[in-house]
Amino acid sequence: MEDIVKTFPDTIANDGITIEVRSGEVHCLLGENGAGKTVLMSVLFGLYRPDSGRIIYKGESIQINSPKDAIKNRIGMVHQHFMLVPTLTVTQNVMLGQYAYTKILNNTDKVAERLREMSQQFGLDIDPCALISELSVGEQQRVEILKALYHGADLLILDEPTAVLTPQETTHLLGFLRQLVDNGLTIIFITHKLEEVMQVSDRVTVLRDGKVVATVDTVDTDPRELARFMVGRDVLMELTREATQPGPVVLSVKGLCVNDERGLPAVKGVSFDVREKEIVGIAGVSGNGQTELALALAGLTECTFDELALGGRPVMNVSPRKLFETGLVHIPEDRHKMGVVLPFTIAENIILEDYHCQPNSHHGFLNKRYISQHAVMLVEKFDIRASGINEELEHLSGGNQQKVVMARELDRKPRFLLVNQPTRGIDIGATEYIRQQILLQRDKNCAILLISTDLEEIFMLSDRILVIYEGQIIGEVPADRKLIEQVGLWMAGQRSTV
Amino acid sequence: MPVIAIVVALLVSAVVLLVAGYDPLEAYPIMWKGAFSDQRTFSEVLLKATPLILLGAGLSLTFRCGIVNLGAEGQFYAGSVVATLIGINFANLPSYLLIPLVLLGGALSGALWAMLAGYLKVRFNASEVVTTIMLNYVAIIFTGYLVTGPMQESKVGFPQTAQIGEAAWLPRFLPPTRLHIGFLIALLVALLIYILLFKTSTGYGIRAVGINAEAARYAGINVRRNILLAMAISGGAAGLGGAIEVTGLTYRLFQMISPGYGFDAIAVSLLVNNNPIATVLSGILFGALRSGSEMMQMNLKVPSVLVSAIQGIVILSVVAFSVYRDKILKWFTER
Repeated sequence: MEDIVKTFPDTIANDGITIEVRSGEVHCLLGENGAGKTVLMSVLFGLYRPDSGRIIYKGESIQINSPKDAIKNRIGMVHQHFMLVPTLTVTQNVMLGQYAYTKILNNTDKVAERLREMSQQFGLDIDPCALISELSVGEQQRVEILKALYHGADLLILDEPTAVLTPQETTHLLGFLRQLVDNGLTIIFITHKLEEVMQVSDRVTVLRDGKVVATVDTVDTDPRELARFMVGRDVLMELTREATQPGPVVLSVKGLCVNDERGLPAVKGVSFDVREKEIVGIAGVSGNGQTELALALAGLTECTFDELALGGRPVMNVSPRKLFETGLVHIPEDRHKMGVVLPFTIAENIILEDYHCQPNSHHGFLNKRYISQHAVMLVEKFDIRASGINEELEHLSGGNQQKVVMARELDRKPRFLLVNQPTRGIDIGATEYIRQQILLQRDKNCAILLISTDLEEIFMLSDRILVIYEGQIIGEVPADRKLIEQVGLWMAGQRSTV
Repeated sequence: MPVIAIVVALLVSAVVLLVAGYDPLEAYPIMWKGAFSDQRTFSEVLLKATPLILLGAGLSLTFRCGIVNLGAEGQFYAGSVVATLIGINFANLPSYLLIPLVLLGGALSGALWAMLAGYLKVRFNASEVVTTIMLNYVAIIFTGYLVTGPMQESKVGFPQTAQIGEAAWLPRFLPPTRLHIGFLIALLVALLIYILLFKTSTGYGIRAVGINAEAARYAGINVRRNILLAMAISGGAAGLGGAIEVTGLTYRLFQMISPGYGFDAIAVSLLVNNNPIATVLSGILFGALRSGSEMMQMNLKVPSVLVSAIQGIVILSVVAFSVYRDKILKWFTER
């Protein structure tokens, strides 16, 4: 793939990426979340069209406009989220979308037979007649691989295949991939886990911020170097940050467990404290339990714990509104999903939490005059760029939307500030401003928990850093830039110190 | 945009009329006359608009709360049944007591009927699309049972109840027309729902839940309570509609007392982008459509199924235009 550029309205996902994958190798694409790995592979598989650049495959420049083209060119992809119909059998899933109905009716047995042979040949151990819903996650993944193989793939793209697997299944998968390569396949393996790169790949390309940082032979590198490639980025700006003396404990968490939406454990017994005048950073690759941790602390999902106290008082199964009264302020991870009501105006968004209280509401009626005055004041104070307080949020830039959230939340004078991904997808100016505001809160005696996948941000703002990996806190360090590689290794699941 | 929807619908209907062997150039003027020719016809339009406004304004509130409430029809029936019960059994009460009692009873039963679907949604996550439609059937069929069984007028044998007490009849304010104060109540309810939705903090919460329930929950708004509240108010308005139909017009309950007001009301609300106060206009429009097409039916002997088809085309067109509003606007501006 040469010089691939793909932009989305807010971000440049791929900024002139050139990678070269040799036939018969396992090529790892390594990078943090948002580095552009999946987008790049989606371009290759025809799910996105690149803005520019070209794809040369087997010596020819080819056009891939849809997954159909990709499959025709013998490229197969196994997505992070499986594309299987649970109520159909393995065979039926493989045949989906491939033939006219009549052909399906006549050929099912033949296809099943062929699948059985292939399954044996590659050691996949899949029964073609089994229903998808009866299979384990690991087996479903093998069905996806079998599907790609059946359609004649000789280049197989795997998007974070181990994210959903148990350690045993992971080992099995990695071994199996080597076997496929021995059978002449080429594999592109997307991951952010260093161990897997070292175990399985022949060569590795590291992406960061939509650009290629390096392509190296796996034998010539080590996890340490890869971690540096992956996380070390240009420093945008430095903030002056004075050391402070943390005060008493504000948030105390012991043995917190949270399940994710599917009911699987996402946070597995974490314990930590956050003190007054202190910013505790939680570093980690996204999807390691940060989302659930934040939701649990904000009272938005059920959780179990040994102890959970805010401001010295235990809080358990308390409604969000009650939590606000204890001084909790939460800046959520996903602005659009949770932080704002897009079709509402700036003024309407600013009263989202306090709309029912004096002085926003007087005898049950909204006090338009006060709401407007207050909004005008906050727009000015937080430097929100908009045509006026009656502009709908959906017309503002991401940075200004986030400033509206910040304005609303910080105006509540937090005692404990929970910030999750405050600057994701936001331009540099707004990013700097938002970070300054967070620091300012620390100096106002606020206890702050900063969750971010942006290591630079974590090191810039935090006093202490905890690293979360697969729902557990696996390390704690003071915020010293010399330790950034250590943190990077922890984030990638390397428990031992280097 | 709503005007375009109506025009398109009438053009399509013209083709339908032509195919069926009627001249639209003859039919449409008659339709117009049937609705707007004099005081009498227009008062009939307003009478038909009364339940549409009440139901439409109520529905707009649930639609703004993100609830696909298709149950106005059943809530209307619930209201009419209870209003009739009270109107018959408390016929001795004086008007100034009986009328408020009847209307309140109707509104309350409509509210409870709607809250049943609301409860199933918040408690068991049951889709309100399904439950409200099913509850419509229950209400309609149960009403059918009542008027042929326990509540049937004893002597005559028609599937209808006895008349409600005269003290429960809503006063008419524009004789000789049949226009009664129920119409004014409908205007007032539409206005009140508008104020509730856009001027009060309660309405703010309902709208926030409707647009982004996740953000509402994050902000500490009790999503379930707001859903129940919106259903209750909406059902209350529909139940009131049923009570007003009985006390203002029919004076008794019979099978199929609603010719589908609850379904037309969906279009009434959608046509004006779920703005409660504007349902007055769209309610009158749909009332006129009904009156006019009845006239067309009488004078030109256009079969009633064809008339229903025309009404259906208007509703379809309105819904299509409201769903594809953005795309259509874009199409126009690009050209």
